[in-house]
Amino acid sequence: MENPSIIVRNISRSYGSVKALDDISFEILKGELFGFIGPDGAGKTTLFRILATLLLPDEGTASVEGLDVVKDFKKIRKILGYMPGRFSLYMDLSVEENLSFYATIFGTTIEENYNLIKDIYRQIEPFKKRKAGQLSGGMKQKLALCCALIHKPAVIFLDEPTTGVDAVSRMEFWEMLRRLKESNITIMVSTPYMDEASLCDRVALIQDGKIMKISKPDEIVADYRHELWAVRSGRFFELLSDLRAYPGIHSVHAFGQAAHVAFDKSGMTAEDLRKYLINNRHKDVVIEEIKPTIEDCFMELMSSEK
Amino acid sequence: MTNNENIITVKDLVKKFGHFVANDHLNFEVRKGEIFGFLGANGAGKTTAIRILCGLSYPTSGEVKVGGFDIYTQRNQIKRNIGYMSQKFSLYDDLTVYENIRFYAGIYGLGRKEITIKAAMLMKRLDLESAKDKLIRDIPQGWKQKLAFSVAIIHDPKIVFLDEPTGGVDPIIRRQFWNLIYEAARDGITVFVTTHYMDEAEYCDRVTIMVDGKIAALDTPSALKKTYSATNMNEVFLKLARATMVA
Repeated sequence: MENPSIIVRNISRSYGSVKALDDISFEILKGELFGFIGPDGAGKTTLFRILATLLLPDEGTASVEGLDVVKDFKKIRKILGYMPGRFSLYMDLSVEENLSFYATIFGTTIEENYNLIKDIYRQIEPFKKRKAGQLSGGMKQKLALCCALIHKPAVIFLDEPTTGVDAVSRMEFWEMLRRLKESNITIMVSTPYMDEASLCDRVALIQDGKIMKISKPDEIVADYRHELWAVRSGRFFELLSDLRAYPGIHSVHAFGQAAHVAFDKSGMTAEDLRKYLINNRHKDVVIEEIKPTIEDCFMELMSSEK
Repeated sequence: MTNNENIITVKDLVKKFGHFVANDHLNFEVRKGEIFGFLGANGAGKTTAIRILCGLSYPTSGEVKVGGFDIYTQRNQIKRNIGYMSQKFSLYDDLTVYENIRFYAGIYGLGRKEITIKAAMLMKRLDLESAKDKLIRDIPQGWKQKLAFSVAIIHDPKIVFLDEPTGGVDPIIRRQFWNLIYEAARDGITVFVTTHYMDEAEYCDRVTIMVDGKIAALDTPSALKKTYSATNMNEVFLKLARATMVA
């Protein structure tokens, strides 16, 4: 077993009467790409801020690279790269100025660690004289990542780096993270996009301040306990309500062009369902068995928690 | 329901900021009662176009009509006939449920009596009567979403603009929200919606994809998938957006 880079034990944190984090425990291994998947308000940012030594927990302990987040906060800040959800850039400084500012703060230079960032920085280098405020969202994100990496941290925290970013830039960002892994940096990243889970080594599904599950993405999918079917017909929204009215169905969720339908294991067949839908005036009915996505699993866990 | 009457017509819309062309000769129509998806990468020009359609910014050139009103001369009429909601800004956290409803209804120009009636109806329909005096910050996210959408259409607008209404919300609420969108469309409200979730693009009657200030594609989701030999809208989007990035 490799050494854990991050250890969190029974962390809780409240804001007034709202419990943002409720008795959270987990470990992240050195060099792991670990994802926190959950919607706004799940507690992701609170957790990141505690581990980045910017917020004190009410209860529990946590360490990063063997350093305690409360006692050793100064040391942690030296070995940590943090890209908060809102952009951490100075909008009235140029690309190059932002980067050299961050390098100077950490007592280093762009040249010293250029190797680590060069893949990413090359994409924005043609614009190095441009002010950060005038970059597109995708380019700001790349610059912010470079700034978080410029002091060669052992660990980086990326809090929702892909929120509000389009599908193309999201894909590119994840490609950059996969490449970064080769430098053996521990990467902790959060996202509200369920489809990004499969790009992590392991993920924690988080909702209402609690971790519902921690596992490898394919194991989460393997643990899904119902038979799952993708159902289509010409009238999509009627299809959803008709499916919900059908007895013996465990859950119905819209997934783009198809509804994902989970059967209770009570001897139901796709043929029964097809007949029912045709009786309800649905045409072009297509039913096929499918493997669940992380989003299916997430919703299943959410409803079983309640 | 969708019919052939156009509720938005855009002809040769151009918007420049200095030398930068944010909207480059846009041409499209939105039909009454349809769910019209407006997609595009960041910086493609979506927000610029929406601001013009809402009467918040003038085009550099081109002809634009929204709800039958001219974008240059009838902006106040336009504002009375549209609703607007985004994920980033919708309700006031430090006002109660009832105060938010009253505030928005007032902004949208409803009279005092009408506001009282509408507010009561709305809270009943959303099952929010028990939460009437609760602060927005203390109610669950799912309720907020429903309420934000309902206040955006409290004045029965012809068109509602939804700018990334589901960003960051949980997967179940996200789906419930699309049921609301669909119901509004069934009641005859035209829905103009942007999103970064490509599965949501499938729920639109028609989808336009903007790339670099231009409309790169506009059609029904099934026709787009056919044209671009894609199995889903995500592939369509990636093909269109990537093609120009490489070029």
